Amino acid sequence: MATETHESAASACLDASGGAIGMPQLCADWIPHQIFWLLVALAATFFVMSRIALPRIAAVLAERSGTITNDLAAAEELKNKAAEAEAAYDKALVDARAQAQQIVAEAKAEIQAELDAELAKADEQIAAKTAESEAAIAEIREGAVKSVTDVAKATTKELVAAMGGTADAKTITAAVTARMKG
Amino acid sequence: MATETHSEGGLVFHPLDQFIPKPLFGNGDVHWYTPSNLTLWLAILVLCVIGVFVLGSRGRGIIPSRIQSVGELMYGFVYKMIEDVTGKDAVKYFPYIMTMFVFVLFANYLALLPMSYSPTSMIAVTAVLGFGVFIAITVLGFVKHGAAFLGLFWMKDAPGFLRPIIAIIEVISYFVRPVSLSIRLAGNITAGHVVIKVFAGFAALTLASPAAILGITAIYGLEILVAGIQAYVFTILTCVYLKDALHPAH
Repeated sequence: MATETHESAASACLDASGGAIGMPQLCADWIPHQIFWLLVALAATFFVMSRIALPRIAAVLAERSGTITNDLAAAEELKNKAAEAEAAYDKALVDARAQAQQIVAEAKAEIQAELDAELAKADEQIAAKTAESEAAIAEIREGAVKSVTDVAKATTKELVAAMGGTADAKTITAAVTARMKG
Repeated sequence: MATETHSEGGLVFHPLDQFIPKPLFGNGDVHWYTPSNLTLWLAILVLCVIGVFVLGSRGRGIIPSRIQSVGELMYGFVYKMIEDVTGKDAVKYFPYIMTMFVFVLFANYLALLPMSYSPTSMIAVTAVLGFGVFIAITVLGFVKHGAAFLGLFWMKDAPGFLRPIIAIIEVISYFVRPVSLSIRLAGNITAGHVVIKVFAGFAALTLASPAAILGITAIYGLEILVAGIQAYVFTILTCVYLKDALHPAH
């Protein structure tokens, strides 16, 4: 039984059945035991912490903050580069637009000049044709007038003859011409 | 064990039996060198510290693993506490304070495991920690400032006739520091464990058992808070006392 073993291992702080008398924490018999093992454990903990764990964690934290700083700097640089690239792109765009406008204006001017030349040429041709046509018309009119005069003279002569008169050609011509003028 | 022989007689509480150190091997007396359950749990504590802080950080990851980030959090927490409370010049005492914080924290939390043994409930243990801090800080103060360290007790802005009285009060409060430091820690942990044990004793009664188990659960939750808070309080008070040693002028 436990009771007997405890009795044989009796400490001043244990009762006959192995229970505590008062607070075991205050039992003087056990205090050296507690202090000794505490010091051992504290020394072990301190050794582990100060020699291995803390330097390692400090190194990791320093490395991390260094990495973060570097990455931030790199990001800043890339951002600047991106801004530069954007500016260059905008400038190229503006240039291209200006150039395009210039080309359009040039093309327009060229086309206008060609057009003017063609128009002038066409006008010239039209004028020539018109003159030609006018001449032809004048000729035709002349012919027509002459024919009418001839027909009028002949008709007049025949009329005069039919009415029993005679008339010389000279008089008839003068009369017809006078009439035609009217 | 003893409880079984008595338990037929009705309710038996032995809430303090959990604090008895028992030898790991055999049934002899517990001498100062005997490996006991205290030794076992201190060893487990050291292994846990190694597990979290050494094995956890063995990857040295820029992106930390889970356990590594736990270690880093504690590192950052204590480091910042020292910087904020004590000042930047106290950073060289960081390993000592960190060791103490980790020791108390792990001891408190391991003690919450069922069947475990809680080193920080031993007044001898906390007294060694508390007086260790006290002696170290006092020595440090005298080494750094010589007799000027006594200016800590001499209020220069107080009216002349009050100064001796204040000095006496200050001296008393200075010497009470280690006592309050160690009793606060041991008392909190002991009280929590005793209360849980008492509730557990009531659980033997069929009628009371639901309430008792609810009580255990509630107190356990409270104890989880207390375990962390007491480690924090112990550490921050150490930082405050260390500040007095480094900058004794009020």
